[in-house]
Amino acid sequence: MADALPHRTIADAAARLAAGTLSSVELTRAVIARTQAVEDRVKAFNSRDESDALVQAAASDARRAAGQALGPLDGIPVGLKDVIAVNGQPLTASSRMLANFVSPYDATVTARLKKAGAVLWGRLNLDEFAMGSSTENSAFGPTRNPWDLTRVPGGSSGGSAAALAAGCALATLGSDTGGSIRQPAALCGVVGLKPSYGLVSRYGLIAFASSLDQIGPFARTVEDAAIMLGAIAGHDPLDSTSFRAEVPDYRRALTEKKGPWRIGIPREYFGEGLDPEVGAAVEQAIAHYRAQGCEIREVSLPHTQYCLDTYYIIATAEASSNLARYDGVRYGHRAEGVTDIEQLNSRSRAEGFGAEVKRRIILGTYVLSSGYYDAFYLRAQKVRTLIRQDFLNAYRDVDVLLTPTSPVPAFKLGEKSDPLAMYLCDIYTIGVNLAGLPAISVPCGFTRAGLPVGLQLIGQPFREADLLAVARHYEQAHDWHTRVPAL
Amino acid sequence: MAATDLNIDHVARLARLALTPEEKAAFARQLGDVLHHIEQLGKVDVSQVEPTAHAFPVVNVWDADEPRPGLPVEVALQNAPRQRDHMFAVPKVVE
Repeated sequence: MADALPHRTIADAAARLAAGTLSSVELTRAVIARTQAVEDRVKAFNSRDESDALVQAAASDARRAAGQALGPLDGIPVGLKDVIAVNGQPLTASSRMLANFVSPYDATVTARLKKAGAVLWGRLNLDEFAMGSSTENSAFGPTRNPWDLTRVPGGSSGGSAAALAAGCALATLGSDTGGSIRQPAALCGVVGLKPSYGLVSRYGLIAFASSLDQIGPFARTVEDAAIMLGAIAGHDPLDSTSFRAEVPDYRRALTEKKGPWRIGIPREYFGEGLDPEVGAAVEQAIAHYRAQGCEIREVSLPHTQYCLDTYYIIATAEASSNLARYDGVRYGHRAEGVTDIEQLNSRSRAEGFGAEVKRRIILGTYVLSSGYYDAFYLRAQKVRTLIRQDFLNAYRDVDVLLTPTSPVPAFKLGEKSDPLAMYLCDIYTIGVNLAGLPAISVPCGFTRAGLPVGLQLIGQPFREADLLAVARHYEQAHDWHTRVPAL
Repeated sequence: MAATDLNIDHVARLARLALTPEEKAAFARQLGDVLHHIEQLGKVDVSQVEPTAHAFPVVNVWDADEPRPGLPVEVALQNAPRQRDHMFAVPKVVE
């Protein structure tokens, strides 16, 4: 199965396209056929346009025939989380609020993928407005984990992870505010990269928490993630928080940077709540690096226990502000039969948003409200400083940090009905967003029940090239990433 | 930082969310749990700490003062729930 076209890597498919032994139309048809075969079980897509994808594929083949091929992504089918705008296409955030919305422009990442020749294929399911860790909060129904259809794919970018694992795209984009790329990547057995805050433009990304959100790739291999990152990274004047960082050739860096590296193991990430099988797989990965001559050093991130609370204050505060734009006036759902403007706002929002989005708006409004701002929001911003300082202190002694991505493997649909239990899924990923760091999840084993386990590597700000090289070093010595779910 | 302070009617009004009585009861209970968890932030000594708004502060982002095309009116209105004469139509705001 891993030999089948829809399960190829970008690097492999690009080589065949360049050699003329494969066409983009042939590849895209294979991906469409695979999607048709499995989508009624996986339910990763909110919408897809097969004829549009084939038109893009034919254009890629024509470019190549004319000697004008654009690079490794030219002709490669790439899926997008349904929070990333594509001009003229639906954009729902998996919310009733935007069920009929059509994007009037391209996100910057969309424009860059188009410029790289990628075949944009499908809008992928998520927890409504990217709020959740299981994709069960989608207004259009949950996505299933391709490794076990009774389990969740993780979230919020569950559709992006599941579609890739199931062979319905060669790579996908997601967004990560507190782990929404890395956690589903771990639960679905694929690579997921959250770049440094500001490396990838957020223009055209539906906003959740603006100081934490980053777009990043899901891919089958670290090399493919490097190719995707190279296409989307870089300063963008349309995003005022976009950073003027150097964008190196990430793919070349994979072979140039050879280590050995000093790897830090934060002791706070291996405590209570960590599934023993996940812990054992991660310990094996540590043993690998040690055997390869890397220096393994225990480090401490002493404010780790405050990450969850800090995150849920800052993220909900920013969300309550960002989601104020859905007022029923200019776009999105509007309630019928209302006679005044406040009713129009309040009822449109009540009808358009699902339970988790409402909960977070309420929490965010509360922590920002008069009399509570200093006690909650301002205090959380100060603790955020301490959390960030913990990481920067650790990097005085080590090059990267190594942790589990998720404390548990994929759980059953409906298993975590309590919001706080669901929030605890993110304990190993949210610190990274608060500190603005790059981090990657790489497959590092399977449980006895056959569920994928992910290893998280956390890098230094804007040092994605080093981070990818460390991840690639592990991946090359293992074959977890080559396994394909038996769907 | 007492968790019992959450006045759900007041906050729902501020957030412009017309919640049902069932939603109010459920959210008050669930958010009570979350706020109880959050109370532990009160234990951190932040007296000497500056707040972080962004991980990598970017200041003074200037843009050239040159006109650029924006969205045409028709495109800006394409997702409007209701429109009239090239404007968004809403219930009467001023008596």
